[in-house]
Order: sequence, then structure tokens, then C-alpha cells
Amino acid sequence: MKFEGTSTYIATRELSVAVNASIHLEKPLIVKGEPGTGKTMLAHEIAESLGKRIITWHIKSTTQAQQGLYEYDAVSRLRDSQLGSDRVEDIANYIKKGKLWEAFDTEEQVVLLIDEIDKADIEFPNDLLLELDKMEFYCYELQRTIKAKTRPIVIITSNNEKELPDAFLRRCLFHYIRFPDPKVMKQIVDVHFPKIEQDLVDSAMKVFYGIREVKRLKKKPSTSELIDWMKLLLMEKIEANELDSVDLMNAFPPHLSSLLKNEQDYDLLYSKLRGY
Amino acid sequence: MFLNFFYLMRENGLPVSLQEYLALMESLDKEVVEYNIDDFYYLCKTIFVKSEAHLDRFDIIFGHYFQGLEKINFDFFSKHIPEEWLKENFYKNLTDEEKAEIEAMGGIEKLMERFKELLEEQKKRHEGGNKWIGTGGTSPFGANGYNPEGFRIGQSGSRNRSAIKVWDKREFANLDDKVELDTRNMKLALKRLRRFAREGIEDELNLKDTIRKTSENAGMLEISMQPEKKNKVKVLLLMDVGGSMDDHVEVCQRIFSASKYEFKHLEYFYFHNCLYETVWKDNTRRYDRLQTFELLRKYNKDYKVIFIGDAAMSPYELMSKSGSVEHYNDEAGVVWLQRVLDHFENVVWINPNEETSWNYYQTTHMIRDLFGHKMFPMTIEGITNCMKCLKNSKLIHTS
Repeated sequence: MKFEGTSTYIATRELSVAVNASIHLEKPLIVKGEPGTGKTMLAHEIAESLGKRIITWHIKSTTQAQQGLYEYDAVSRLRDSQLGSDRVEDIANYIKKGKLWEAFDTEEQVVLLIDEIDKADIEFPNDLLLELDKMEFYCYELQRTIKAKTRPIVIITSNNEKELPDAFLRRCLFHYIRFPDPKVMKQIVDVHFPKIEQDLVDSAMKVFYGIREVKRLKKKPSTSELIDWMKLLLMEKIEANELDSVDLMNAFPPHLSSLLKNEQDYDLLYSKLRGY
Repeated sequence: MFLNFFYLMRENGLPVSLQEYLALMESLDKEVVEYNIDDFYYLCKTIFVKSEAHLDRFDIIFGHYFQGLEKINFDFFSKHIPEEWLKENFYKNLTDEEKAEIEAMGGIEKLMERFKELLEEQKKRHEGGNKWIGTGGTSPFGANGYNPEGFRIGQSGSRNRSAIKVWDKREFANLDDKVELDTRNMKLALKRLRRFAREGIEDELNLKDTIRKTSENAGMLEISMQPEKKNKVKVLLLMDVGGSMDDHVEVCQRIFSASKYEFKHLEYFYFHNCLYETVWKDNTRRYDRLQTFELLRKYNKDYKVIFIGDAAMSPYELMSKSGSVEHYNDEAGVVWLQRVLDHFENVVWINPNEETSWNYYQTTHMIRDLFGHKMFPMTIEGITNCMKCLKNSKLIHTS
């Protein structure tokens, strides 16, 4: 079982090694990197290339670790008891399984994506230490330990909004997705647009890397922005020579809004135009 | 196997533990990767490095170990000066003219390279001369130099503040080793200020009230809901960006980013040396200013105000009108500080200078007295106490 990238996802050798190490050592893999470099995509592609089901757990600022395990719906049980329902006898009827339980409970191995773990409260990773290490947890209501039948492949993404605790990092492998260099980027564009003209790719990449070079940009455009932008260029059938006149001083590329997502970055580029 | 490599990493400040080492052994045992040096490098990296901040250091150590070098003479670099720091932070601090001058001399890369070369060649402390790194020379490297690109090392006086960046060894020990500067610790300290209140949509079960109502209802279930608890604390951060604060930029950024994620209602403004009639929000657009009176009107007294500054200035900057170094001010800085103190109920000052040095600055004393001894050092303990003080105004800092 080896991950080597897929027909729609270019994985560098570095990344494949990290993913394979994570699969074989059965440790979660933390993936960091600039936004838009395909962190979340990675988990989906691993699942696809290995032919496994994926379970995603999106983390929000209000998410608590317990929600990933299970939730006990005491209120409906109480209500059922008032109505004299038979369901009430079995407490298991009121336990709602969380994503982790779901991942532990399957016969065949699944890929579990814990997306944007840094969005949660600062204590969140600590609450999952044992669960991710031993792949088991204790359900008080049922008074039994839930243990993973097969250890899932766990991919955790983080945008660095909060630092993760050391104890948590100890239990994981780490990979930082570097921004792709032009060579890799070309491969990426090629898998997304197999029929595209090479001239257009070359010109577009020149403009794209030019924008990334602009100092003090708040949010540099990344791979996903480039792909979106190329889509627009293709839709409008813009030719390569139209892009060649773009120098970011006097002329701007079409559909700039899909590359820059920040008002201040716009201002920055336009103030350069006015010659400040 | 590779035990030396493991210890080398530890000695050079990479936080690796036995767990990682065992993981490496296990993966070699399971033949996770093919036997070539590239894959082995990737594998080690994914196992041992836990933060992108350490990537570069790891690369250096890996390179040196596997080139079979016996003596490692880069420990100064890897231990005290992370490479990316050298490049990025360093470049940030230059003015446009300085940048132009550097370009003229062959670019920053070249300067950096030359510095490394010299550092490796040089074995002992050096003074004078025009080539070696040392103090008092005309070489671009070293303290008290006259080269516009001058690096400054191990200098105690301030003979020439135009050197690009002060990099006394001690400072980097600070940034690199002391866990107390970690933002995680800071966030935990800031967390103390949380004040929970229930407002908004009722989406949480109120258990106590449900039981009471159900009992009143002769045992028939009646559910009572309440809004979720949310952090309602409001914080106003006022930060000094004066010249003497340059040495504390890093730590201020940390506390700022920590507070940004800890407090939903966070407002921040900058001032230079002392608070006067205007403040600003964006240091690149200083002309975009807000009147301090406007600030006092806009934010009500519920806001907890935190000043961050070294409070070290000339006495006239604080005490006399037209004392500001930047502009003509009608009223003395102390008047403005007093206005803030009068308007808000909870005001504290966090001082990044070491507490032992506070006594050397007259104005630090004066401001401290003005703030009723609510001046705290910028350590985790200091911030923790500061947060307590914002909750309970009777608490003060005594040293």
C-alpha cells in the first residue's frame, strides 16, 4: 500500500514519503502550509488512490473534542420516558456517534481528515491525545471502551492560527507543504487542464509568479487561486499574447479579483500603478 | 544507529525526544522508504521536525552530519540565529536607502555568505582591523562599525545605532530557548481575562431551571433553554512603536497575535514614545490618524486598556508641552495618559524591558506611579498578574 499522488494531484516525493510513513507507523500526519496549497485535498486524494472511504471532521471555533467521540442526548431520553416509549430501556438509542467513533467502527480502514484543527479552542488537541494515540476511548454511558477495529489513516490540517501543544505534536508526524516551484506548478496545471496550450500556461505562470513577488502582499495568491484564474482565462478564451503585455506596472491581468482576495492588496498594486 | 545524529539534534536545540527516535527505528524496520539518502532525509524530516520554524535548522544539522564532518563549527548559527530570521526579519528592518546600498554591495545574500565564511574562519575574539568580525572596526560585520551594512554583535553601549540589527547573542537565546515567550503560554495567560456572559439566541439547555420547572409541572417535562456562554471581555491595546521599542518588536508581535485570537472584541492602536492627541492603526499609513479624544468617546469604560511600551523616554517628552520628538504637541503626554486613566476603569501597562532596568529610567518611574503601580513586566508571570489586575483593580505589581 503506497501513496504516490494521483492523476489529479501532484505529490512531491517528499510528501509521498511523509504520507507513507504516516500509514506505516500508524501515526497521524499534520499537514501545514500556505492556504491553497492543497492540504485538505491531500486527504481526499489519499482516500481515492488507496480506494478507501474518507470521513471528514471539520473543526470550528466552537467544536469540542467530545463531539468527535459521541454525544448523549439526555433530553430526548427524558422525553421518551414521559411518553412511555420502549426505546428508553436501551441507552444506546440516545448515543449519537461522532466522527472519530464512526472511523473506529468500520471494518475496513478509512481515511480520517481532521480539517483545520487550529480553529478550535486552544485546549482541543490536548483532549484528543489518548484517542489519537491509542485509537480508543471510553464511553461512560455504555460503560465500555470503544476501540478502533482497524486504525484509520489520520490526516490533520492546520493553518497555524494557533500553535499546537508539544505533547500533541510528539504523537504526530509533520509535513510542511512548500509552495510549489514553477516546475511542479506546471505539472499541477497540466493535470488540471490537460488540453491547455503551453504558451498560455507559460505566460500565465509568469504573471502569477510576478504577483507573488510583490512585497508586502497580505495574502499571496496560491495554487488554488491559480487554478481558478486559469479556468476563467480559458472560459473567456484569452490568448497568451494578451498576457504578455501584463507587467504589473502599467497593465494588470484580466480577472485580477480571482488572484487577490484582499482589498488592501488591491490598493497596494494600484498604488504602484499610480507611481507611489 | 544514528544515535549521534539524534544527540546532535538535541544539542543544537531541536526539540526531539525518544519517541521520535523510536519512530525512526520502527520505520527503518518496516522499510517504509527505499534505501536512498533523499528518501531517508524526507523520512527524518517528517518524523523529527514538528514546526516549520525548525525546518531550516534541521537541514543544516542533517547536512553536516551526513557529510561526515567531525567537528561542527556552526553551533553558533544553529543555536542562536535561525537562518530565516537572518534573512526575513533582517530585511524588514531596512529603509529603502539601506536596501539600495546593500544591493550596490552585491545583495543581501552575498553579505550573509561573507558573514558565514568569516564566522567559520575566525576562531578567537577580535578587535579593530577591517576584515574580521569583531568590535570597533570598519568591516561590515561587528559592533560599532561605520559601514551602513554593519552587523552588530555583542555590544553593550550604543555608539552607533545605525547598524542594521542588534544581534547580541543573548537576545537570540531569548527568542530561541525561553519557553515563556511562546504564544501558547501567552494565550493561556491571556485566557484569564475571559469574562463569560450569556447573550443572544437560547440554544443551550438550562438544566437547573428545567428540573425546577419540571417539578413545578408535577413531573411532566418542561424544558428551559438559555443562551450559550461567550467571552464578552473587551480589550483596547495601545502599543508604543518608538525607536527604543525596536528591540522588542518580536515579543510585541507575539503578544499581539496571541491577544488577537484570545479576544473577540480587541481594538488596537499605536503611538510613538508617549500618547499624545492622535493614535494610528497602520504603521505603513501613519497619516491615517484617529484623534485620541475620538478614541475616548468611541470606546466606553467597559474596555480594558493595556498599554505596551518601555516607558523609557526623555522626561520632557512626558512632562512638557511641545516635548514630542515627532510633532508640536499642545498638551504634555502626561495629560493624555491621565485622560485615559480617568476615562477607563481598568488600565494597565506592560513593559517589555527587564524589570531590573526600570529604575534606570526616570520616566518609567513616573509612569509607574501615575498608573498606581499597575506596570507589569512582559513575562508570562507578569502577564498573568496583569490579567488578574484587570479583573480586580485592587491588585498592583510590587517588585
